[in-house]
Amino acid sequence: MNENYNVSSSPHIRDRIKSSNLMLMVVIGLLPATLFGIWNFRHENAWILVVVTTAAAVLSEYIYEKLMHKPITINDFSAVVTGLLLALNLPPTLPWWMGALGAVFAIIVVKQLFGGLGQNFMNPALAARCFLLICFAGRMTYFVYDGVTGPTPLAELKAGEAVNTMDMLIGNIRGTIGETSVIAIMIGAMFLILMGVIDLRIPGSYIVSFVVFIVIFGGHGFDPQYITAHLCGGGLMLGAWFMATDYVTSPITSSGKIIYGVCMGLLTGLFRLFGGSAEGVSYAIIISNLLVPLIEKITLPKPFGKGGEK
Amino acid sequence: MSKCLERIYNGLVKENPTFVLMLGMCPTLAVTTSAVNGIGMGLSTTAVLIMSNMLISMLRKIIPDSVRMPAFIVVVASFVTIVDFLLEGFVPSLYDSLGLYIPLIVVNCIILGRAESYASKNPVLPSIFDGIGMGLGFTVGLTCIGIVRELIGAGQIFGMQVMPEFYEPLTIFILAPGAFFVLACLVALQNKVKNNYAKKEREVPQTAGCGEGCAACASRGICGGHMISDISVSFEVDQPEDTASNNGGTENKKEQEGV
Repeated sequence: MNENYNVSSSPHIRDRIKSSNLMLMVVIGLLPATLFGIWNFRHENAWILVVVTTAAAVLSEYIYEKLMHKPITINDFSAVVTGLLLALNLPPTLPWWMGALGAVFAIIVVKQLFGGLGQNFMNPALAARCFLLICFAGRMTYFVYDGVTGPTPLAELKAGEAVNTMDMLIGNIRGTIGETSVIAIMIGAMFLILMGVIDLRIPGSYIVSFVVFIVIFGGHGFDPQYITAHLCGGGLMLGAWFMATDYVTSPITSSGKIIYGVCMGLLTGLFRLFGGSAEGVSYAIIISNLLVPLIEKITLPKPFGKGGEK
Repeated sequence: MSKCLERIYNGLVKENPTFVLMLGMCPTLAVTTSAVNGIGMGLSTTAVLIMSNMLISMLRKIIPDSVRMPAFIVVVASFVTIVDFLLEGFVPSLYDSLGLYIPLIVVNCIILGRAESYASKNPVLPSIFDGIGMGLGFTVGLTCIGIVRELIGAGQIFGMQVMPEFYEPLTIFILAPGAFFVLACLVALQNKVKNNYAKKEREVPQTAGCGEGCAACASRGICGGHMISDISVSFEVDQPEDTASNNGGTENKKEQEGV
């Protein structure tokens, strides 16, 4: 019998890619930003925070699954990705135990309590960042670069001061560990795009809609310098390329991805321009994460033959 | 007298309004930022609950069935106004921190629920003790949540510093999200304890038709809270006496969800 006539239940299309390959590629994609961050904040010993946060994420996943008698899933690297992303979103001066606490929150409360990988309703790393931001508002907005404390370029931009866009591109600025260097982030993002891990629709529509929002409401019109500063400042690039594209918390339909990206772009613009704090990427992404089920509902593709003219 | 004690036990443990019936969630989540607030809110509600249960039980033969809800509200609102003025006069600091939630006791599900399901059907004395039991149960629930939130979120208990100096409080626990975390953990904890207790009993037969009084049912540990849906039996079986009141409470909860 011809194998084309085999009848089996779904899934029908199989691939050699597994979650662990995929997550490993995300880790590789994050490496340039991580390494740059560790080098950039070497005086603040950022590497300790990165190592502790990542280890805490993996360890809490292991311990939780051991205690709950579930299959141990630390080999799929998803906990590593969560821990690493969280660490990249923390200021380098944060005490290590706060990073560990955030990692435990991300894994246990946001991920495991909702059923583990694939079931979490919002990005665990970002949820943990927001948790820490609410818990330790002072520590989480305390930024040091080369021993000098000060506001981030984004805060200066909000206050109407001039910023050095070139420094923001390279990353010699204050900020969280992984967000400062746009170049390092883009190298990792390029790798993921070439490997087919991330879909351009989400970051693309996110960034475009954000730029449109800034041009209309930013008060500077179409000022390339101002727009570049907004794009390179804060966690926008890290968020758009690595966190908004999380498979679990983003829509699967093509049009849904674009709506999701536009949603994040508008919210980020709204928070940055009209909100109380200078940064709003993490809140924009987790709020859009919550909208994903609704977006998927309205963008559900019609099966062939359904919904024709009556 | 044993009936009165039974009412108190029922309110404190078996049908604890906070942890078992899940009634009155609005003040439970909103005012428990500290242990003192929890106790204050709990005792104010208890006072109103006892008085309203007493009066409604006295008037139960007079109030016509069709207008009972407005009548209950009038009774409850009168007592809430009294408590409101008393708090403002004697404990202004507590009054300030509870704020809007004192007048909101009027529409508290527990009070209307007890009026509807117990006080309007039972004599005065048991109704008073029902009010005491439920009120104390609510107070204990709120105080527990308040203590945990204050301890983690501010490092204090009843305003006294108990955590060591180097402890950095997790501010989120005295903000709104913390209320949900703490409530969920405490409910999970008491369910765990109750389940263990029920497992040890081992005497409850797994009969069909358990009704819907899962909250108070001792065999919940066995069926896991899933109602056994043998309808033909479930409504005919002789229920223990307070399943009726429990059902009333559940209905009231549905009615009050908008509040």
